[in-house]
Amino acid sequence: VRRRARVGEALATIRRCGGLSVVIVFVFAACSAESPSVLSPEGESAQRIDRLWWLMLWISLAVLAVVLGLMVAAIVRRGRRDVEVDRTTPSWGDPFIVIAGVAVPALILIAVFVVSLRDLDSITEQRDATLTIDIIGHVWWWEVRYPGEAVTANEIHIPTGETVRFRLTSDDVIHSFWVPELAPKIDMIDGRTNVLDVRTDVPGTYRGQCAEFCGLQHANMAFHVIAEPRDEFDAWLQNEAEPADSDTETASGLDVFLSSTCIGCHTIRGTEATGTLGPDLTHLGSRLRLAAGTIPNSREDLARWIEDPQSIKPGNVMPPTELSAADLDALLDYLETLD
Amino acid sequence: MASYAERLELVWHEGTGLSAWAGTVDHKRIGLRYLYTGFVFFVLAGLEASLLRVQLAAPGLEVLSPQTYNELFSMHGVTMMFLVATPILSGFGNYFVPLMIGARDMAFPRLNAFGYWVFLAAGVFLNSAFLVGQAPDDGWFNYLPLASEQFTPTLAIDFYALGLIFIGISTTAGAINFIVTILKLRAPGMTLNRIPIFVWGELAFALTVVFALPVLTVANVFLELERKFGFHFYDADGGGDPVLWQHLFWFFGHPEVYLIVLPALGLVSSIIPTFSRRPMVGYTYIVLAELFIFVISFGVWVHHMFAVGLPTIALGIISAASFMVVIPSGTQIFAWLATMVSGRLVLSTAMHFVLGFLVLFVIGGLSGAMFSAVTFDQATTDSYFVVAHFHYVLAGGAMFPMFAGLYYWGPKMLGRLLDERLGKISFWLMFVGFNLTFFPMHIAGLLGQPRRTYTYASGLGWDLHNLLSTIGVFVLGAGILVTFWNWFWSRAHGEPAGEDPWSGDTLEWTTTSPPPEYNFATIPTVRSREPAWDQPKLQGGAQPPEDGGRPLTDGHTTLATTLADAEPQAIVHMPHASPWPLFLTLALMLAFYGVLLSSWMVAAVGAVSSAGTLMGWLWPRGETQET
Repeated sequence: VRRRARVGEALATIRRCGGLSVVIVFVFAACSAESPSVLSPEGESAQRIDRLWWLMLWISLAVLAVVLGLMVAAIVRRGRRDVEVDRTTPSWGDPFIVIAGVAVPALILIAVFVVSLRDLDSITEQRDATLTIDIIGHVWWWEVRYPGEAVTANEIHIPTGETVRFRLTSDDVIHSFWVPELAPKIDMIDGRTNVLDVRTDVPGTYRGQCAEFCGLQHANMAFHVIAEPRDEFDAWLQNEAEPADSDTETASGLDVFLSSTCIGCHTIRGTEATGTLGPDLTHLGSRLRLAAGTIPNSREDLARWIEDPQSIKPGNVMPPTELSAADLDALLDYLETLD
Repeated sequence: MASYAERLELVWHEGTGLSAWAGTVDHKRIGLRYLYTGFVFFVLAGLEASLLRVQLAAPGLEVLSPQTYNELFSMHGVTMMFLVATPILSGFGNYFVPLMIGARDMAFPRLNAFGYWVFLAAGVFLNSAFLVGQAPDDGWFNYLPLASEQFTPTLAIDFYALGLIFIGISTTAGAINFIVTILKLRAPGMTLNRIPIFVWGELAFALTVVFALPVLTVANVFLELERKFGFHFYDADGGGDPVLWQHLFWFFGHPEVYLIVLPALGLVSSIIPTFSRRPMVGYTYIVLAELFIFVISFGVWVHHMFAVGLPTIALGIISAASFMVVIPSGTQIFAWLATMVSGRLVLSTAMHFVLGFLVLFVIGGLSGAMFSAVTFDQATTDSYFVVAHFHYVLAGGAMFPMFAGLYYWGPKMLGRLLDERLGKISFWLMFVGFNLTFFPMHIAGLLGQPRRTYTYASGLGWDLHNLLSTIGVFVLGAGILVTFWNWFWSRAHGEPAGEDPWSGDTLEWTTTSPPPEYNFATIPTVRSREPAWDQPKLQGGAQPPEDGGRPLTDGHTTLATTLADAEPQAIVHMPHASPWPLFLTLALMLAFYGVLLSSWMVAAVGAVSSAGTLMGWLWPRGETQET
């Protein structure tokens, strides 16, 4: 019974890939659950793109088969170097070229063009969004601003089953916003604002990453989109909008924060820290990862990050902070309460 | 006939020694220099790529620092595009265009020499950036504002911008030379519809250069004005627009991609008839397809910018144009297939590379067609899927034909046959290595791996594909080294090639291997599209005068003919060897280094000495008439 369940699971995976041929699915073994794969679409526009991909792949394989078949035919009837040159022209030559090399490709391409244009129209069509989120690219992290007070970084919560509109721009160089499982990518350019509508019905955590080369740490500029049912989302947003708790037990940690260089760049709403160069830390404790997806958000990693961010993400804007062991502990205690 | 050859030998011999070496204007020597220099840069760019792949063999490696990684991938791209693909295909063109059209040299031999020297100097200029540790690090596409003074304050981008302006001089000079040579110096009787397809390919390449390259130069001049003098072409805060750079760059950049492929396709079209033992089926379609690609290449640049956020209507139009480009490529592929199927294929090493090319080019073409669909492009652009695609098209589409060219034309250039067995070993290593390197990248890209990243996290399903790619690079590299070994070994020990080892169809096979400095003892009169097959009297490069051969032994001359019908029109006096092109190059190099370092005195000295050497070059010496 268990084996049958596993087979069923495998078949479901293959079906999820949208393909009919196990061989092709094997070659494009694209459904490993952990990959942020274009071929495991969970967003409305990503699903359209996925369907278009399989259509184009099948056509491509057919064309490739025809070409390889003709090559094999030519190889099978090969000759030798001293074969006399044949000066005749095959009567089928020109019609063959016109049909196989011009007419048929033109028809196929027109068909695919029409399909792709329909997709483009549908994906870019302006819908009624229930929520608009501003995303601002920085070297090398993502600022996320919700309507109202909520500001966070590198983590975007959205409600499922609704169209969410992202307004995207950059504070410095060009970045590109890409969540392969949800939507096509779109660039973030200083002086311009691009709009991307996303809708998914499937709750989950979707990895995104900067797709436009943006300098030294382009490789470490990831983020996560967390899609959750409306009520969970509302609860999260409400919490996110609130200022940080002022907990007397960790007040000494806040003092460390306010008396060190941290305050120059970071905001913790509800305190005197109002820096804007780095991410807003008001609810740091609730985030999945640190440094734009680079390391997990654990106490040890946070400590490493504060003491020596340059060894983790060389060239990033944050300078190392030298703290005594006691101060560091107090600071970590405090930061961990920020959720 | 010997008397013609003896007299021509006296007139055309450039001598030996330093002055002949520095001053040569012989298109064959210059062509070989392009090839050798191009392959040196090829090795350099290949080593850069190998280092990149070692760094990416597994997640989180620290073989290269992020900065070094960025420099290496940027220089890999710049080198492959500007210092490898274009020069090597120009090298084949330099060597073989005059031979295939029955001329004694290129139309402007000194400009030709100048083109080579500038290519070498610009290559040195660009790579000297490594010596000062400030190599270009913002990619070959060099987007603003990352490449602005604010975000890249080092000399890296100045090396890039000035280096590309510098090399543009070389490419433009070469292109103009090809156009005039092909249109005016064809042997009598070589009407437009008898021009070998490789020559058409070089013509389409040259036309593309002339229209596309000025845009890159302008873009880089703007960039330098902005970086050095604070202009605001690309600066959003100053009223400029960073997207302007993208438009300018890709308006050049996409034609650039095609201009690399065009002569490579021409090369393939030259090899297929010889080894299919029949004339090309659908010659006219292939020529029209090449010219169509040249035209349409200027209408597709925005498909590199589908994710920029441009108006939907613009995306639709460019998408349509991009789909259209697929058609002429398909036309050529089916014309080649028709020729091969209807003929009797000879599976020489050169033909192995052509067949390998065909497989890779079709795969790359099919994935390329996918990018014409806007939404699919938006999903996969800037991912490894793109890296896979363009290596199939450019490395598969140009590198494999280049190697086919080495095996096909090597015997003509060296006078000795290359080892066919080693050649086939090299081919199979390269073919397997190539697919092992680049095929998994398709999948990594679909799995969401973005390109131009110096590292990646584990647990994202990308590890295996990256490891396979890294292994593949070394198999590919081994295959390449086998051919290099084969080349140098055969150059010394290979069997004599004779005039025509493959019984080829075009004029270069009618003269000796390697050809004499004057190419042909008599300039042939051509009566067919495949003269070497149809006109036995062409043998020895000395068509007898009673059959139409023209000795032209009075002076250092070649024959000019009319543009369409190739009727004899004039006798052209060709210049002799001259060191001035080299001097001018050195003066220009000084000027470019001056601008680079913002030391305006040095730049001024360079500019003034450039003007001076140019005067020296053009000074009338009354040397046109000699015997």
